[in-house]
Amino acid sequence: MTTSSVSRYGIRVFALGYLALLLLVPIGVVLYRTFEPGVGAVWDSITTPAAVSAFWLTIEITAIAVPLNTIFGIVAALALVRSRVRGKRFLEALIDLPFAISPVVIGLALFLLYGRQGWLGPTFTNAGIQIIFSVPGMVLATIFVCLPFVVREVVPVLREIGDEQEQAASTLGASRWQTFLRVTLPAIRWGVAYGVVLSVARAIGEFGAVSVVSGKISGETITLPLLVENRFSNFDLAGAYAASALMAVIALAVLLAMTLLQRKGDAR
Amino acid sequence: MSTQAATPAAPAPAARPRNRRPRASARAGGVGGLGMGLAMLWLSVIVLLPLAALAAKSLDGGLSAFWDSVSSRQAVSALKFTLIVSVIVAAVNAVAGLAIAWTLVRDEFPGRKVVNAVIDLPFAMPTIVVGITLLALWGPTSPVGVNLAFTQLSVALALLFVTLPFGVRAVQPVLMELDRDMEQAAASLGASPLTTFRRIILPNLIPAILSGAALSFARAVGEFGSVILISGNKPFDTQVSSVFIFKQIESDNSRGAAAVAVVLLGVSLLMLIALRFIEYWGARHDH
Amino acid sequence: MISVSSVSKHYGDFAALDDVSVEVESGSLTALLGPSGSGKSTLLRVIAGLEVPDEGTVILEDRDVTRLAPQQRDIGFVFQHYAAFKHMTVRDNVAFGLKVRKRPKAEIAAKVDELLGIVGLAGYQDRYPSQLSGGQRQRMALARALAVEPKVLLLDEPFGALDANVRAELRAWLRRLHDEVHVTTVLVTHDQEEAMELADRIVVLNAGRIEQVGAPRELYDAPANEFVMGFLGPVARLGDGLVRPHDLVLRTDADGIGVEAQISRIVHLGFEVRVELELAGEAEGSVYAQLTRHEAEQLELHEGDIVYVRRDGVKSLPSAA
Repeated sequence: MTTSSVSRYGIRVFALGYLALLLLVPIGVVLYRTFEPGVGAVWDSITTPAAVSAFWLTIEITAIAVPLNTIFGIVAALALVRSRVRGKRFLEALIDLPFAISPVVIGLALFLLYGRQGWLGPTFTNAGIQIIFSVPGMVLATIFVCLPFVVREVVPVLREIGDEQEQAASTLGASRWQTFLRVTLPAIRWGVAYGVVLSVARAIGEFGAVSVVSGKISGETITLPLLVENRFSNFDLAGAYAASALMAVIALAVLLAMTLLQRKGDAR
Repeated sequence: MSTQAATPAAPAPAARPRNRRPRASARAGGVGGLGMGLAMLWLSVIVLLPLAALAAKSLDGGLSAFWDSVSSRQAVSALKFTLIVSVIVAAVNAVAGLAIAWTLVRDEFPGRKVVNAVIDLPFAMPTIVVGITLLALWGPTSPVGVNLAFTQLSVALALLFVTLPFGVRAVQPVLMELDRDMEQAAASLGASPLTTFRRIILPNLIPAILSGAALSFARAVGEFGSVILISGNKPFDTQVSSVFIFKQIESDNSRGAAAVAVVLLGVSLLMLIALRFIEYWGARHDH
Repeated sequence: MISVSSVSKHYGDFAALDDVSVEVESGSLTALLGPSGSGKSTLLRVIAGLEVPDEGTVILEDRDVTRLAPQQRDIGFVFQHYAAFKHMTVRDNVAFGLKVRKRPKAEIAAKVDELLGIVGLAGYQDRYPSQLSGGQRQRMALARALAVEPKVLLLDEPFGALDANVRAELRAWLRRLHDEVHVTTVLVTHDQEEAMELADRIVVLNAGRIEQVGAPRELYDAPANEFVMGFLGPVARLGDGLVRPHDLVLRTDADGIGVEAQISRIVHLGFEVRVELELAGEAEGSVYAQLTRHEAEQLELHEGDIVYVRRDGVKSLPSAA
């Protein structure tokens, strides 16, 4: 369709202008403000003991939550696409839930389940395991919010490739496990990779749910996002900016990985 | 005579008729009932159990206490503000998302690929960092002197930021797949580009636009991290429901928080259902 | 009357059309025939205004339309994949051109019903394209194109996406329609049988150039070069010239004229018999001759026999294109 040049430029200016004003200008400003005191100051700010421990805690939680979620994601995707069980629609709708629920509601729900006065709280306390206001609770919150990512990326890939390759493998004598390892997994690897990247991004950046269940115990239950908020609330603006900059660098790396993986997925 | 131990995930017998549903009937490569069961178990423990606890605790003091918590002036004010600003954000996203998707798909300009990647930025950024970022430009230390902190507009800005990808990515693939022949047919029949857009392109994009709006709305309603700093949490003014709930938790009123949380949950669920209907309705003309 | 003069169209280095000129008579049905990439679709779209030529002019009914948009050319266009407005009913599809021209409602309704009757879709007004078969969709597309009473009807491989039997049916139907309605029609196809069956004149294109223009019989019997001959029908290479398989004559006795060959295979295709031959000596190569059943029976041929092949009469292409 030949749009007139006027309307084409008009739409382009509107779209790009909107993007610039909403996204790019604020990011530019915060980057400037962050490095105003100099790279040295920023480095100092993110290498304080509190910051370092926050960084490692974030990594630790992510390193537990994401692999668990990936396994679930692959199993669930296979179940959704390849089983003939009733209630598949229900499973699919349930998996979408974390997308639609507010992080604060998630944190509250976990608090009401595992907290001291929660349903399962006493059970765990008696066993000597603390969930709320401790790392396990934060892991659970992170798993909750990351739940849909891997599934949603793998399902369309499975739907597209069908199961003929697996059928061929079984006629050639491969066991189910071998078929899975050698045929299914390689076929879905880009979908899994993309889902993992999205999960990692979400896990590292999760704030609301983790905020509720963490108790913000300095040096123990403060992740990088919580650190940012903490510093801001304590009027340490420069410190908040520095920690944000660190997270932004990670976010950019994630964005890059997303873009590259999308190309890989398309090129198949 | 030996007996064979039946495994729970036994392969399908070879003589299964496959003429009617060529793909769905085979079980090759599937995880069988065991896999399905494990997935459901994981889902139940991680998602359903906490939500059940939430619902149950919200009713701890009975229905009247539930109603009291939900209908308190502050709760209602927060909910009203949340819903209104989310609807506005969804509407803006519908328009902006369409314009941006159009530019990305139909227009050619240097740097298009970069712009395409930038759209996903809000997905990759932690919400708290979004809040800090917006504050840097629109807050007290704004280089252009525009201080929107603690205003309702600032909440809208934060929500627009985090929901941007939904509006664009819902429309973009549909626009790419749109049959250009239809537009050329309309042109050959005498329709101007504007008429073609109005009568041919737009009707085919409406389901996608609505989808994007619904996703934006669902996300906006529950958004917390990007809003908490810039809204300043002024009750009856700029406080959204998620912040209200958070404050209730901090004040040790977890039952009251749970009640409002259940309402918010209900809104989310309604949105999910609406989304399914939109998808179903949108596919009605596909063969 | 369509007059295309010296039209060229390039995509980068690729010349889709190279100095193409052709005239189409009013009221005729002309086929643009050629292989993929020959430029036939590009030429059609240039006539339609869906592509703008780099050089040359297009004149429709004494109007220079070269720079005019499709909306202003008063044409009808039918696409290979129907281009049905899938969100509109059949009625709204067919009525679209009239609605855009702001015709009164009563006139539109009458016209739509009339056209649906002509194309055999009466009663389908309220259906959606997704509820129609491929053939029905294409008929709807034709009705839609004809609704605005175009001066020129352009069809881009209209039956290419249909099953063979539906294709045959619609082909015959299109010819009948044209005989009744007499709109100047240009049809793009890669199927020589379709072109031969439907067209008053055929324009043969290859690599962006016109090879020959003429009536079907003319092209078949007096092709201008090897390409046209090969495209319009089967060919056999005998010596250094091309000849039609059914113009080959087989003799069991050497008569000094025929080339020696051994029968490698005899295929009975019902009425026709195809005799596959391995030519011996200088004329080495494989060729097949097409005989009627009767002729084959008379000669009593068997696989492995030696026969002598020659051209029948003067119906062959002399060597050197």
